Amino acid sequence: MQQKTGVLHWIGFAAILVWCLLPVAWIFSLSLKPEAEVSAGSAQFLPKDATFANYRSILEDGDFTRALLNSFGIAMIATVLAVIFATLAAYAIARLEFRGKRVVLSMALAIAMFPVVSLVGPLFDMWRTFGLFNTWPGLIIPYMTFTLPLAIWTLSAFFREIPWEMEQAAQVDGATSWQAFRKVIVPLAAPGVFTAAILTFFFAWNEFVLAISLTSTTSARTVPAQMAYFVGPDPFNPPFSLLATASVIVTIPVLIIVLLFQRKIVAGLTSGAVKG
Amino acid sequence: MTTTVATAATKPAKPAATDRSVAENRLAWKLVAPAVVLMLLVTAWPMLQALYLSLFRYRLTTPDEREFVGLANYWTALTDGLFWQDLWNTVLIMLVTVAVELVIGFAFAMVMHRIIFARGVMRTSILIPYGIITVVSAFAWQFAFSLSNGFVNGWFSWLPGIGENTNWFGDHWHAMFAIMVAEIWKTTPFMALLLLAGLSQISEDMLEAAKVDGATWWQRLWKVILPNMRAAIMVAVLFRALDAFRIFDNIFVMTRGAQETESSSFLTYRQVIEQFQLGMGSALSVLLFLSVLLLAFLIVKLFKVDLASARGEG
Repeated sequence: MQQKTGVLHWIGFAAILVWCLLPVAWIFSLSLKPEAEVSAGSAQFLPKDATFANYRSILEDGDFTRALLNSFGIAMIATVLAVIFATLAAYAIARLEFRGKRVVLSMALAIAMFPVVSLVGPLFDMWRTFGLFNTWPGLIIPYMTFTLPLAIWTLSAFFREIPWEMEQAAQVDGATSWQAFRKVIVPLAAPGVFTAAILTFFFAWNEFVLAISLTSTTSARTVPAQMAYFVGPDPFNPPFSLLATASVIVTIPVLIIVLLFQRKIVAGLTSGAVKG
Repeated sequence: MTTTVATAATKPAKPAATDRSVAENRLAWKLVAPAVVLMLLVTAWPMLQALYLSLFRYRLTTPDEREFVGLANYWTALTDGLFWQDLWNTVLIMLVTVAVELVIGFAFAMVMHRIIFARGVMRTSILIPYGIITVVSAFAWQFAFSLSNGFVNGWFSWLPGIGENTNWFGDHWHAMFAIMVAEIWKTTPFMALLLLAGLSQISEDMLEAAKVDGATWWQRLWKVILPNMRAAIMVAVLFRALDAFRIFDNIFVMTRGAQETESSSFLTYRQVIEQFQLGMGSALSVLLFLSVLLLAFLIVKLFKVDLASARGEG
């Protein structure tokens, strides 16, 4: 019996790894195939003649590097701002009694479920009026808004677990309010804030609907949007290997974040959703 | 805001309102205000704008011909076969993907819960599909299913219905299948993680007791594990169903709506951004918003009924 479940666990483990990693391996393998091999049709999994030439040509493509810069800038700024606003709100929700708390939480939940496409029309219209169309702030503002709910939920779940009495204990021991906050509360709250930041960054890095609707040139277009428009010279023969190369490049930051912070991400995803 | 708080606090109905609680209330609202104002400005206001614009015939290429048409846009949408076809596609994708994800996600959660080795490796792998950009995942699967450059036909040609020359984007059902595979691959990990959290809250003692009482594995699953995970399952289904209902990225990349694979979100996008039909597009936006609202309401209601009846039985 014990033996049998052990084997089952190994099979399950292998299945999960194959499920998660096979498509990633596939896109990496495709990125190593020379363009000529792909346009001739290469239905096998591994490249016949692996080369890094695609990486050179995609990194020399000014539009792609510009989109990469846009993606980084927009995602970073949206993350920082969203986390600041969410931290303030989550502190109030976790620690203070106020009327309307439930309304704020329900509103956040409602916005988390909001169909973003519904806003494309009115935002398109409004952004052109305000001069926000095709600019960084034009994407940063909605990205902040749509990540606030997740950040608020995650952070308020984290903040509820912090032993706040320690702040007073430190003050009794002679620390000033600021010292008590800096030396006691900040280190306790930092992991939660950091987790919320990762989840927010993932959202902004991934977002597509608004990125294609509210931009028109490379001055604000992010990588997902740029990739969707990247057809190459022959529209009937899309540059598979170049698109795969671009895919690998934008996946690298995701891989690094996941490798470094997997435990935090899992804690954040589940604490926000299950404990509420 | 300050005045409303002060007057509310002096009302006799709330005798417990001390200076301290008034101050606390005020501080809390100051902290919450930026987030609330931002959320209202970027969602509620444009939504009202959409409601207003939906009553006009308004095309951006000819802005001077804007004309009030009442509910005509809604009538046009609701009597058009395309609207229903797209809604049906969306609902079908949602039902199939969420059901499949629930089963596979639960299996993954069971493995992750029980396994004692390489937990870090597994957690890292499971987060990769979750973290990867949807557009990237859509490209990966589009290429995998591609006729000339994909490995799917070669690997799975031994299955009935799949051959060397199966064109996955050549007809409706094949294309829908490819889209669903991409969606399921990307979002099953999220489902699995939420279910894992629910699974880890079940007490081992209870499972042990059931085992001692002679319950089979199957009985333990249905009588102990699943009923005790109901809250986690509900949250996972609610989040994933509403997410799947908004499907857009995968369809945009994989088929651009060809072979009648368009979803409701895609239809709305196409009206507004590609055809500049702001009036018609706004009507579709409002309809989409109402569908999501109705869906959320239905899921919450459905599970509440379930909860009540389960309690009645117990």
